[in-house]
This record gives sequence, C-alpha cells and structure tokens, in this order.
Amino acid sequence: MTFFEGIGMHAGYGASMILNGCSISVEKGQIAVIVGPNGAGKSTAMKALFGMLPLREGSVFSDGRDITQLRPEQRVLLGMGYVPQTNNVFPSMTVLENLEMGGFVRCDDLSQTISEMFELFPILKTKQHQAAGELSGGQRQQVAVARAMMTKPNILMLDEPTAGVSPIVMDELFDRIIDIADTGVAILMVEQNAKQALQIADIGYVLVQGENKFKDAGTALLNNPEVRQAFLGG
Amino acid sequence: MIDILNAITLLANYIIVPSLAYGSQLALGALGITLVYAVLRFSNFAHGEMMSFGTMISIFTIWLFQSVGISIHPLPTALLALPVSIMITIMLLLILDRTVFRYYQAQRVQPVTFMIVSVGVMFFLAGFIRFFIGTSKKNFADGERFIIKASEFKQITGLAEGVSIRTTQAITVIVTLVLVTAVFWFLNKTRTGKSMRAFSDNEDLALLSGIKPERVIIITWMLVGALAAVAGTLYGLDKGYKPFVYLQLVLPIFAAAIVGGVGNPIGAVIGGYVIAFSEAFITFAYKRFFTYLLPEEWAPEGLVQILSTEYKFAVSFVLLVIVLLVRPTGLFRGKTL
Repeated sequence: MTFFEGIGMHAGYGASMILNGCSISVEKGQIAVIVGPNGAGKSTAMKALFGMLPLREGSVFSDGRDITQLRPEQRVLLGMGYVPQTNNVFPSMTVLENLEMGGFVRCDDLSQTISEMFELFPILKTKQHQAAGELSGGQRQQVAVARAMMTKPNILMLDEPTAGVSPIVMDELFDRIIDIADTGVAILMVEQNAKQALQIADIGYVLVQGENKFKDAGTALLNNPEVRQAFLGG
Repeated sequence: MIDILNAITLLANYIIVPSLAYGSQLALGALGITLVYAVLRFSNFAHGEMMSFGTMISIFTIWLFQSVGISIHPLPTALLALPVSIMITIMLLLILDRTVFRYYQAQRVQPVTFMIVSVGVMFFLAGFIRFFIGTSKKNFADGERFIIKASEFKQITGLAEGVSIRTTQAITVIVTLVLVTAVFWFLNKTRTGKSMRAFSDNEDLALLSGIKPERVIIITWMLVGALAAVAGTLYGLDKGYKPFVYLQLVLPIFAAAIVGGVGNPIGAVIGGYVIAFSEAFITFAYKRFFTYLLPEEWAPEGLVQILSTEYKFAVSFVLLVIVLLVRPTGLFRGKTL
C-alpha cells in the first residue's frame, strides 16, 4: 500500500484539460520530484493532489484513506502541508507570528515545534522578530517551509521551493528538505531546477501534457539519455 | 516672557485641546474604516451612519437611565450607556453582514461594487435612524461641564489667556487611549487578533493554515461595531448629536484613514490627529497670537487666518490629495493589518 498517491488524475480549468490521467505517489521518508516542460501541468498536479482543484476523474489516497472529496483545510488536519509557489508567507507579520499561524489549527503548545524549526533553519531564529516581507528570497522560502511544517505534517508538498533563489541558497534548501525527509516525512515537490532536484530525488516523475512520460529513481532519470536529451538540456 | 506664555496658552485653548478631542474621534472612526478595508477589502462608506446609529442607541439609553434616575454624576451618563450602545451596534452590524455583505462576499464581487453596496447601506441606515430619532439636534451631555474653566485657569495662573478643558474632551481622549490600546493589544498579542492580521495579509495562505474566514469577518464586524459606537457617542457628546453631521463626518474620517495609509491601524490613529490638527492650525485666526509675540508696532491688522473655518473640510481634502500625490501608500505603509 502506497502511503500517498493520486491515481489517474484528470483535471483542468474550464474547457481546457491540464491533467490527462497522471499518477503520482510517494512513500514516507521519500522525496518525489515532478519535473517537465513549461505547461506540462506540474503545479496543477500539486493543486489537484492538495484539493485546490477538483478532480474530474481519478482519486487521491493518503494512508489508505480516500481523500478525493476533502477540502484543502481538511487535508491540513489530516497531516498534509503545502508550500505554494508564490505568496507563501504573511509578509507584514514577523517570522515568529508566521510560524504561529502555521500551527493555527493546533490547540496544544507550539513552542516545542517552533524551536525545532529554529534548529532546522537557524537563520530564522535570529530574524524571528522581523517581518517576513522584509527578508531575502531564500529566507522567505525557509519561513514558508517552516510555516507548513508547524502542523507536523507527514506529507509536505512544495511548489518550486527554489524559484528565484541563488544556487547556494538552493543547495542549502535542498539539504534542509533532505533533513525533513529523514524524519520520515513524505516529500513531494515540483522543480524548475530539474537536474539538482533529481539528484536528491528517490523517485522522479517527468510530466508531459498532463501525463506521466517517465517514472524512475531520480539518478536513473538523470542517466536516461532520452530524458537528458529532451528535458535536461543534454 | 509672560507674553510667550500667553501665546502658548492661547494655542492650547483654541488648537491643542479641541484638536486632541476631535482627533481622537477621527482616529476611532478611521480605525474602524481601516479594519473593514484590511479584512473585508472594501471602503465602507456606511461607517458614518454606523457611528450615528451607535450614538442614537446611546441617547435612547441615556434617556432611559435618566428617567429612572440612574446617573454617575459628575461624569456624563453617556459613559454608562456605552456598553449597551456597543452591544446593539454590534448586533446591527452582524445582521447587516448576514443579510447584505455576506451575499456579495460569496459572489466575490469587485471592491468597487462592494463600495457601492456600502453606499446603499449608508442611505438605508440614514433613513432608518431619522425614522426613530428625527433630524433635530440633541444634546445629551450631562454631569459636570468643565474640568477647568478658562476663568479659573486665569485666576490660578494670573495669565491674560485661559485654557478651558471640558469634561467631554477629557473623556474623549481617555476613552480613545484605552480603546486604541485594547485594539492594538488584541491585534498583536491574541491568537484571534493575529489570525485577523494573517487573513488580511494573505487570504489564501490563511485558508491553508486553517483560519476560518467567517470567524475572522464576524470578529472584525464586532470590533468595528464597538469602535463605531464609541466614536459616534464621543463625537455627539462633545459637539451635540445631529444625524446629518455624521454624513459629513465620514469625509474627514476617510481622509484620516487614507493619509495614515489605509489598512494600517497605526496609520489610521495618527491620521486622525494629523487631520484634526491641520484643520485647526490652518483655520485658526492668529491675530491675538502674534499680538502677544510681536512688538506692538508690528501687530497684525487682519485676522491672520489662512482659511476661514468654513473651509475646514477642504483642508482635510487638500491634505489627502497631497499625500496621494507624494506618498500614495499613506504616511505608514498601507494595505496591511
């Protein structure tokens, strides 16, 4: 039984279909990466998996439970965390308040989880009283990831976490994501920086026109000549 | 030396004390408008009438209390009526939210449509209020009128000029201080207050974090109701209640909210005082002020008034235009809570 999976997903906006039967799955502690050309439906697949876009066909299972009909906020309660690509922090609120809002649904004491997040992202501890909107792009992404982690999710979904950050910051972010996966969280992310992302991926998906074109271990995809030629620039 | 003191006292009596009181009333009003703008994302033109409604309830409650002989002399009975007025105003706003605003929220209409809806609510409330209390002026300030009279001040200090502080002015400033502090404490320290700010900052992410929009909106209307009832009652207590005046009052209040940076609570409060003080400074006749300070032969012949008091509202709008031209986000960065 797969821990988290979307099977045969069809979805779209209005008359245009974006997803045409793609299937994505990830196990606990694994990192799954979705790559593919622009307009392949990577972000749409994430939205569909998280319930922000209704499925026309197919279903989503988490821990053996059919969650296809659940709204995003209900999925958060079931242990799913989502980091949107843009607007993923509360800009006028401090870093600390961002984390508190991330754990809004929790009724217990948040301080333990907050200090865990500060351990994972030490820079956030020094900036905890600064408004998130004043931070650099990379720091803001860290706030966004930490915010989503506040509910202690067992599936963390990241929509292009390294968009617009420098290569050094990107490596750093990927290291943190590996750390999170090592604690047993299933990680599912969409990435523009396909090569670097596939290097850390346990499993990689190449999406083309809303369908699975390739599915293999990350390193295997990197070594696949056809994938290299068509999607990774040789 | 004595002339300088006289000049300062003159300014204190005619500008500083009245502007502090008027600025407090504007600040409370602007805070209400800014909260609606930050959370519900529209300009609430009905806010003036909401204040008027709160004042009307205060007056009815005061009459009731007076008829059964409840009073807190030397303080005005209005203070005792405030809690009742706050409760009923909140109820009115929640009913309006249920019956009018929620419908348009569900439709996700444009902010400009929402604004016109609020104009409709404004006209409805205006008629509704006149239906109950009529159009004539009502004075409902009772209790001790002055904390210190100008004549007493002159006697104590021996100056030619005096400062008079009316009870209503002092109460206005104190109540504003307490209420504004409470609102800021709520927004910055409590979980619910923070969730309001989060909702205002990033609605989608707030939803993802499990913050319930209906709850945030209800809390916002409750805060706005309390602010409107208090602001309206304090204004009426200070200057007398006349329903028509609240229609005009919404203009400087909007100016205050925008000058401060609409959507920014600190900006709204500062904006209120900025508008009040500039109105007073620009429409004050400085003749006597200069007579004290300048040698006798330089004493001005005219009133030395930049604009006559009829142009009071024009001052707030000129200020508004200047701010929009020079610093469109307002003195404080607007659009966030």
